[in-house]
Amino acid sequence: MAKSRPRVKVPKKAAKGDIVTIKTLISHKMESGQRKDKKGNVIPRRIINKFDCTLNGKPVFSCDIEPAISANPYVEFSAKVEEAGDFVFTWTDDDGSKYTKKSSIKVS
Amino acid sequence: MAELNRREFIIFATGAAAAAVIATPTVALAEANDSAEQIKKFTGGAKVSDGGIELSMPEIAENGNTVPLSVSIDSPMTDDNHVKSVMVLAEGNPNSGVITFNFTPASGKAEASTRMRLAKTQNVTAVARMSDGSFRQTSALVKVTIGGCGG
Repeated sequence: MAKSRPRVKVPKKAAKGDIVTIKTLISHKMESGQRKDKKGNVIPRRIINKFDCTLNGKPVFSCDIEPAISANPYVEFSAKVEEAGDFVFTWTDDDGSKYTKKSSIKVS
Repeated sequence: MAELNRREFIIFATGAAAAAVIATPTVALAEANDSAEQIKKFTGGAKVSDGGIELSMPEIAENGNTVPLSVSIDSPMTDDNHVKSVMVLAEGNPNSGVITFNFTPASGKAEASTRMRLAKTQNVTAVARMSDGSFRQTSALVKVTIGGCGG
């Protein structure tokens, strides 16, 4: 499988106390474990099972993902920005690997 | 079967059709997966009130592989009054679980969107856990033209 590539869309700056919208997407097949190959064998499940977002190490939002989420999982949520800093996004794969992406925000 | 004349046949046919229509909702219920149990597990048997939570999904999904879904709850999201998590369940999928959003006061708004798979026409339910220990739920019926769970 191609390497999973995370993408996030976060505003570059915000006013203190602003609520910003964050859009995230990661390329991943999200194999549900329900499909069968040509020989009739079940293709084993392999999905992103957890997504997590922190701002300066403090939890902002997370979600537990099940196989019912579409391929290339897209998650949109919001965050309240009280201070400038770094958003860290982490996706956890069924095989234990983690994909992370960092994005900084300035406060004006 | 005894031979039917035309009039008897028509009466018989309409009766059967009406019976089929009446029977459909019960069939749909019988097909439900373990979503009711999952809700019980999530709430710990607490009372769940209807409404106060919005689940927006298309009425008709042409492709069950990617159906947009978004939940929002009107909440001030302060430390002592916020939405803790929202669990989304699909009654007609092979597995009931879809996604659980976990919010914090730093989320600012209790709103999130994603895209999900739907195997067939079914009810999607969202249950929210508030910081005061109460629960809210809502459902949306989505008609699916092409199912999307493989197979």
